[in-house]
Amino acid sequence: MKALKYLLVKEYKQMFRGYLIPALFVLVPFALTNLVPRIATQEVSNLDIAVIDNDRSSVSKRLTEKISTSKFFNFQSLCGNYIEAYDLLQRGDVDFIITIENGIEKNLYREGTAKMMLSVNSVNGMKGGLGNNYLTQIIMQYTKELNEETGYSMASPMNIRPRFLFNSQLDYKPYMIPALMSLGLILLMGFLPALNMVSEKEKGTIEQINVTPVGRLEFILSKLIPYWTVGLFIVGFSMLLAWKIHNVVPAGSIFLVFLFAVVYIMTVSALGIIVANYSDTMRQAAMMMFFFIIIFALTSGLVSPVSSMPDWAQEITRLNPVRYIIAALREIFLKGSTFTQLLPQFIPLCIYGLVTMTCAVFSYQKKQ
Amino acid sequence: MTEKIIIKAERLTKQFGHFTATDHITFEVREGEIFGFLGANGAGKTTAMRMLCGLSQPSDGWATVAGYDVATEPEKVKRNIGYMSQKFSLYDDLTVEENFTLFGGIYGMSRKEMKEKTTRLLEELDFASERKTLVKSLPLGWKQKLAFSLAIFHDPKIVFLDEPTGGVDPVTRRQFWELIYQAADRNITVFVTTHYMDEAEYCDRVSIMVDGKIEALDSPANLKQQFGVETMYDVFYALARKAKRGDS
Repeated sequence: MKALKYLLVKEYKQMFRGYLIPALFVLVPFALTNLVPRIATQEVSNLDIAVIDNDRSSVSKRLTEKISTSKFFNFQSLCGNYIEAYDLLQRGDVDFIITIENGIEKNLYREGTAKMMLSVNSVNGMKGGLGNNYLTQIIMQYTKELNEETGYSMASPMNIRPRFLFNSQLDYKPYMIPALMSLGLILLMGFLPALNMVSEKEKGTIEQINVTPVGRLEFILSKLIPYWTVGLFIVGFSMLLAWKIHNVVPAGSIFLVFLFAVVYIMTVSALGIIVANYSDTMRQAAMMMFFFIIIFALTSGLVSPVSSMPDWAQEITRLNPVRYIIAALREIFLKGSTFTQLLPQFIPLCIYGLVTMTCAVFSYQKKQ
Repeated sequence: MTEKIIIKAERLTKQFGHFTATDHITFEVREGEIFGFLGANGAGKTTAMRMLCGLSQPSDGWATVAGYDVATEPEKVKRNIGYMSQKFSLYDDLTVEENFTLFGGIYGMSRKEMKEKTTRLLEELDFASERKTLVKSLPLGWKQKLAFSLAIFHDPKIVFLDEPTGGVDPVTRRQFWELIYQAADRNITVFVTTHYMDEAEYCDRVSIMVDGKIEALDSPANLKQQFGVETMYDVFYALARKAKRGDS
């Protein structure tokens, strides 16, 4: 193990000799924690809507006004008939059409009911669904208002008041930042060791190492340790940015965040080495890593929750290390979960780490 | 040069699928000798050399290097050899000194020893001013001299050189061979492949490989006599033109 010291000096020197790699260590966390949470929000807004008001009463005019002043909707136009509005929807100018029937005010005061039709473009299902919800809320609110003003009791839908736990503002950021941190780590800590290792193959320098008595474990550790230290820096830096920029801090222990990060970084960096050991060129290694990262990212719960996947897919996600870290970090950030509560994430991640590390060392062959 | 055998290969063979790169070669190399390992492109030289260095597992036959079996004790072999590959083998993004420190450290040399040795070596090469220069900014001829110095930095018993002088001018090649002689004087056995027949003349003994087999093995003078020709070039030409394998 004496050689490890010299190999590490070499790796650190090479890492910081260029500008590009150290720049990535700062830029990636910055982009992922600062920029992306602002852009990739799941809040749907700016929904374009057309209104067909066949009643033209004060009740219908007030409803139109309520819709157009809502922060979720962009009031596009008041159409004379459905054909005209549908034409707008076809052209993509609007996604929602609300048709207010003739005589709505009269019926409302006489019978306590009012009919409206809502047409939703559901090419984008989530957008359609959320828009529908928002509109229902607006109408419910309006019904309540009318009830209070007139004293009538219109058949108002059930009144459910949600109480949102852990993330009371339903803020997207504390939910996304831990996931984006995990993504950034696999991007840097998976890719860079893989490319580093393969570049030694391409240049032929690895041959010079293979012909020395350096041990396999020593050499692999010399490739991984520098990235582990940088990985921990990135975790700390990302948390600092999340705190300073978005005021998002973990509800739980920072130590736990680091603990999970250590095991996770070990896993993904070892995975990078395994990929490199089976690749001869940078191109092969990069394509393999892309494959893993895309599959891992999509099945990790980053975009769609694991619990809403089909059962067989949920089973597959058990093979995904990113799933565990995202789940764990979200729990720590939002719920402040403790170590024992997080064991279901910690244990699989540790197993994953041990297996990948072992494979990384044994798949590195000094001899062909 | 002693009569002690330092490399011994017996029916050493490497097969890649149906292709036999090195076909049952048997030879011996004596301690302290400069052994030229010749052959056309694709004759199987590099494959044979990689087996001797413990980088490639023999498919058949056996070989010992410095007394250790290359198939079963490759890490012990590696303690005793230096190797300079065809591909360029220094770290481009490290300085001259950092390269020496890295490999010295790997072989367990002390810092003091490495420092002194680097200083002495660079002075001998008249290269002391480039100690802190990045290797990538050096000319090819210099890189090759440094790569050789690095290969023998830890005083191995044997140094393997795979086409060490490819692509450099005759003057630099000449200087390179002076380094090889100096190493041989220090009783380091030199095992070298080359395509330059003038270099073959510098060797104590040469072997010539054709299509994976050793077709001739003797001193350059004896070989010339045996083939009744004036130069090593003619010897090589007489053997290599029989080759069926082309460029690989």
